[in-house]
Amino acid sequence: MATVTQTEGRPSAAALSQTAPAIELRGISKAFGAVQANKDISIRVERGTIHGIIGENGAGKSTLMSILYGFYKADAGDILIGGTKTDIPDSQAAIRAGIGMVFQHFKLVENFTVLENVVLGAEEGAFLRPSLAKARRLLVDLAREYELNVDPDAKIEDLGVGMQQRVEILKALYRQADILILDEPTGVLTPSEADHLFRILRGLRDEGKTIILITHKLREIMDVTDNVSVMRRGEMTATVKTAETSPTELAELMVGRKVLLRVDKTPAQPGPVVLKVENLRVTDENGVERLRSINLEVRAGEILGVAGVAGNGQSELLEVLGGITEATGTVTLNGHPLQLSGPESDGRSRRQAGIAHVPEDRHRLGLILDFTAWENTGFGYQDRPDYTNGALMNQHALRTDTEGKMERFDVRPANCWLHAKSFSGGNQQKIVLAREIERNPDLLLVGQPTRGVDIGAIEFIHQRLIELRDAGKAILLVSVELDEIFALSDRIAVIFDGRIMGERTPDQTDETELGMMMAGMDGKAR
Amino acid sequence: MDYATLIQLLDSTLRLATPLLFACLAGLFSERAGIFDIGLEGKMLAAAFFSAAAAAMTGNVWIGLLAGTAASLSLAALHGLASITFKGNQLISGVAINFLASGLTVLVGQTWFQLGGRTPSLTGPSRFQEITLPFADALEPVPVIGPLYATVLSGHTILVYVGLLAVPVTWYILFRTRFGLRLRAVGENPGAVDTAGVSVVRLRYSAVLICGLLCGLAGAYLSTGLSAGFVKEMSAGRGFIALAALIFAKWRPWYALSACLLFGLLEALGNRFQSLEILGVTLPTQFMQALPYILTVVILAGFVGKAIPPRAGGEAYAKER
Repeated sequence: MATVTQTEGRPSAAALSQTAPAIELRGISKAFGAVQANKDISIRVERGTIHGIIGENGAGKSTLMSILYGFYKADAGDILIGGTKTDIPDSQAAIRAGIGMVFQHFKLVENFTVLENVVLGAEEGAFLRPSLAKARRLLVDLAREYELNVDPDAKIEDLGVGMQQRVEILKALYRQADILILDEPTGVLTPSEADHLFRILRGLRDEGKTIILITHKLREIMDVTDNVSVMRRGEMTATVKTAETSPTELAELMVGRKVLLRVDKTPAQPGPVVLKVENLRVTDENGVERLRSINLEVRAGEILGVAGVAGNGQSELLEVLGGITEATGTVTLNGHPLQLSGPESDGRSRRQAGIAHVPEDRHRLGLILDFTAWENTGFGYQDRPDYTNGALMNQHALRTDTEGKMERFDVRPANCWLHAKSFSGGNQQKIVLAREIERNPDLLLVGQPTRGVDIGAIEFIHQRLIELRDAGKAILLVSVELDEIFALSDRIAVIFDGRIMGERTPDQTDETELGMMMAGMDGKAR
Repeated sequence: MDYATLIQLLDSTLRLATPLLFACLAGLFSERAGIFDIGLEGKMLAAAFFSAAAAAMTGNVWIGLLAGTAASLSLAALHGLASITFKGNQLISGVAINFLASGLTVLVGQTWFQLGGRTPSLTGPSRFQEITLPFADALEPVPVIGPLYATVLSGHTILVYVGLLAVPVTWYILFRTRFGLRLRAVGENPGAVDTAGVSVVRLRYSAVLICGLLCGLAGAYLSTGLSAGFVKEMSAGRGFIALAALIFAKWRPWYALSACLLFGLLEALGNRFQSLEILGVTLPTQFMQALPYILTVVILAGFVGKAIPPRAGGEAYAKER
């Protein structure tokens, strides 16, 4: 039981329940197949505080919160709400327990009004009119109290993301949530919208609500939270008072001191500039700027590593260069400008220009899983003369070529008739890599080359990338794994919120500094 | 065309629009909840057969109606099982139901009645009787209004009036009740419904069963109201026409009424005028009778404005992070 601090002298039952933590998790574990997403997690979230949970992508933050909101069932462990052990099998139970959740991807009905979204699932009775009237009154009150102004009759699809997020918060408050969980709430917001959100959150806290803020941005944690818990690789590594910690300490706890993967390599022999990117900008369909004036250069015979927490623009960078997303700005390859919009900006034109692309998500962009290995090794190059026979596909050439590639890249099993989905992650990646590297590109774009790949294959893939570099090719590497960035890069550019925060060479910097830059803090300021 | 002809034309428009209207509203409930249903046709056909068969055997049209509705509901439950519980492909399930109904009705019909897949002709209480609305006879002599009331509005079977009443009722349920709000939400974003603590599965099953009920009424009307007995393939593509009407109506109940009346009018025109001379060109019978189908193609090809279907339509709901 919690110690009674504020109410010393009169420890009534009410005071006791008042000071019991809003949420306590004891020994929560959750595995998806062989992946342990949460390992024996225990945490106490005090009532009336803003509690930050910070960690890299894939650290298990979202899984933990999904368990708390009844989306997943934990394999082991207990959830205590206000000191009482509570079972949360579904969202309904979470709502009853007073938990409200603002998902990273909003759960709103686009063509409904704000009012309709707020009452959905929490209607007063079988008929809508009284529910809508009540919600309208409540919305007016909440708007006054917490600066949560939203036009109740506006359609969601006509609102900006900041407004949509307010609707999500209003939904939770309408359901009388005492505990509000926000998953990466500022990912889609402009800085001023984010400031406004934090004002709202502080107001809610001062009213006695408990807020859990999940983020990977250190600055937000330092600005707005009272306590902070750090997650790393499915484990809760520490819980500290925000006032008693520093960004540097948090960055260390978040990234951890991992054993570096060593790759034997000689110093790079950079040649002429192959890729030059100037003032590159991308705005997504919601009007949010994903890339804000990116400038960088990659020379022949060097690897430029782009480090960053996923979702900060590195995917968009690869997609623009790979001919998937349109952008504005200037990009030149060996001095020749590339089209960034229009029909000449597609993947085929990029390949003809000499760019090969190993995409971040091989299942979505790199392979067609239901097609055979030999079909997959032809994609993107299926119209090259050596794969065609007039208007027909030269299947024999494709298969022979695939067999050679499988042997050279040690793809197992070396059977070109197997469907892409029947290979392991590492072998799938080798198929993509073989396809892209063996065309002898001037520039290789490679995203998360070893995501979901076993140790042996990681080494092999790293070795191949170094060989390609030594053959005088330019490589742009995007990875969220700092180890990999350190092991492969000759120069490291850190991307945060669509901007390059700075460039370092691996021997000038360390993981702590990069971790801080990745979290939006200026590394030099420490 | 004289006034008497026009009145007759409108009268038969209303009759012919009724099965379309039931089917269209059935599809509206299902698709608004995110479940595509191209099995309207099959459900209608099965209901038509079992209504006629039960009515023929018992001599009571109400038992016929019950049997037909039960048949349609079973097929609807099957569609629900395939597309909601087992997350199967909704189009394929619908196609399967159409084939099942098409074969089953003829096979069972032949086994039971030995009339080549027909049911015996229905007479008297084994068929829905025409209802004369109050004062119809008294008002008939009044010019213009009289025939409109006495012939067009009065003198239909109960199901025609139920169909007309179903339009405002559907509108009210959809836009003024909690169930309607949730139903529309689940067709747009089931994730929002799920996280709001409402069961997606239960909502979608309700919608599919309402769809089954309405298809049952459509089928029963076909064989025991519009005609006097079941004949092979008597739904004649009306389920598909109803789907076209649904798209034309942009998934809205009042528009659905207008769309169905339009299709009914075209069918009535085809029946009334075996050939029509326009500007010296004689349109053949076949063309006249093909009118509703031609309009269907035109609508489905997207010539009539842009219709935005429910956004989560056709997709099974799976929880994600």
